[in-house]
Amino acid sequence: MKDQFVVPAKLKTTSFVLMGIGVLTLLIGLVALGGEHGATRFWAGILQNSTFFLLIALACTFFIGVTTLAHGGWQIAFRRVPEAISMTVPVLGGILFVVLMILVFGEKDGVYHWVNAEHVKHDAILNGKSAFLGNTFFTTATVITLGLWIFFTIKLRNMSLEEDTWDLSPETGRRILWRNTVWCGGFIVIYGLSVGSTTPWLWLMSIDPHWFSTMYSWYTFASTWVSGLSLIALFVIYLKKNGYLSFVNEEHLHDLGKFMFAFSIFWAYLWFSQYMLIWYANMPEETEYFKPRVWGEWRPIFFLNLIINFILPLLLLMKRDTKRNYTSVTYIAILIIFGHWLDFFQMVMPGSVHELNFPWYELGIGLGFVGLLIFIVANQLAKAPLAPRNHPYLKESIVHHT
Amino acid sequence: MAAKKFVVGCFDDEAVLFPAVKKVRAAGYKIHDVYTPFPVHGLDQAMGLRETSLHTAGFIYGITGTTTALSFMSWVFVSDWPLNIGGKPHFPLPAFIPITFELTVLFSAVGMMMTFCYLCQLMPFVKKHVFHPRQTDDKFVMVIEVTSKSNAGEIKDFLASVGAAEINEQIAETGWWYGRFDREDRLYAEQPAPLNV
Repeated sequence: MKDQFVVPAKLKTTSFVLMGIGVLTLLIGLVALGGEHGATRFWAGILQNSTFFLLIALACTFFIGVTTLAHGGWQIAFRRVPEAISMTVPVLGGILFVVLMILVFGEKDGVYHWVNAEHVKHDAILNGKSAFLGNTFFTTATVITLGLWIFFTIKLRNMSLEEDTWDLSPETGRRILWRNTVWCGGFIVIYGLSVGSTTPWLWLMSIDPHWFSTMYSWYTFASTWVSGLSLIALFVIYLKKNGYLSFVNEEHLHDLGKFMFAFSIFWAYLWFSQYMLIWYANMPEETEYFKPRVWGEWRPIFFLNLIINFILPLLLLMKRDTKRNYTSVTYIAILIIFGHWLDFFQMVMPGSVHELNFPWYELGIGLGFVGLLIFIVANQLAKAPLAPRNHPYLKESIVHHT
Repeated sequence: MAAKKFVVGCFDDEAVLFPAVKKVRAAGYKIHDVYTPFPVHGLDQAMGLRETSLHTAGFIYGITGTTTALSFMSWVFVSDWPLNIGGKPHFPLPAFIPITFELTVLFSAVGMMMTFCYLCQLMPFVKKHVFHPRQTDDKFVMVIEVTSKSNAGEIKDFLASVGAAEINEQIAETGWWYGRFDREDRLYAEQPAPLNV
């Protein structure tokens, strides 16, 4: 039984090549995207990718949190995978923090219109929102949320690693369950108050500062949550195909597939809840968000987004056999992650860059983030055995049957 | 309605039942059905039951619901009785989506429920033979059909060897008939149909 992951040279090379592509794109972008408008695209591309990848990494911490609180047993056999992915949160959080601080204090008003004090003075709406969309509140909220996310992610990971060194006994089992429940409960509250409420308003919705939607955070959450689940599925399949994770079989894959299926529909539900109310009420201050997207040049992206993220997963993942097949789940997971990357693209770009360009720059930066993610996750996976051997639910996970 | 001859084995524990099912199948006896008080994971595979097609039926019912809702609403609001509602177009697709969703769910849920009842032969006012009064209470009951290639005595001995606590022989209807479980049904009790065995 191979329980200790060793990073293959090929994976390391792939991650370095991808990171190289990212850095190269960044440098080309720095040169090619000069000028007033180009700089906006330069920063918007980085903002889109760093928020997207940070939030899908955080979705893996959320996965650990919810499955622990629900006392789910089936995921224990591959629990080290979401744990390893969640360990990218400190790095990606650091990157995003730097980007946000440059945007706010470097007064990149192409991305965030509200950072320009002169502009806010003449704008009644922005003036009214200045307590919320102001440097002080923005920075404080960002520091607190990022700090808490990183703290809880590292805490959950360290607890899990520490438990491997304990002796196996009923008392140990009870202790593991109790302290995991307590810490995961704390994290879920923080997660709900940040990703489920204010954080996407601050980081992404404030790109269109005149507009607001209370569904926006939930919509962002659904997008990153389903991508996070797809990412977990991808890493599980990778490890399984390389002979690791001997406890994981089609039953676990089936459940991950069900999650991907269900939350694609959940995403569509939230998408529709946001769209329909705005469409129905037809108020100018609300429809301005959808005007460039539905009737402007973003129209193809808008419908492509719906097709990739709702119609295709709905039809492809409906059958039991596709959810139990490693190859089909791999392709659908990649499709879902790309689809939600595109979703973030159409959330960020119309309000900042305005016109639609072929996203070579954004895709290049995205590949760089993928490389970074693979690099960190592979190293984290190699740090500990792949099965948390003292976890009381491990047996339940091994005999799991859907 | 054909009555058949069955050997009924009653087990106290699923841990005994499970290997017994595998052994009975390996020996080549025809398992009519296994009744358990709760769903036993993996028992369907052990019994060699084929994958249910209930979900395909559900998909077809769902699609029917989608089409019904969309076509009916389009017909009403586009051609039969167009109304100006808040200046919206006569074919306001977003406004139709919630109702389309509801009808999809309704059609597939009701359709699947009825198909399920039909497949399991469970309906109001319909009766099936109960092999053991405690088969859904605390006993695990395996029913083996006596075919032309096997005989009851042999099956009884085999069931005893795999750990059945209680074994008997019954002649019973395989299908369902009009009747109620809370009343004595005289129709078949008084006139057992001729045996094919």
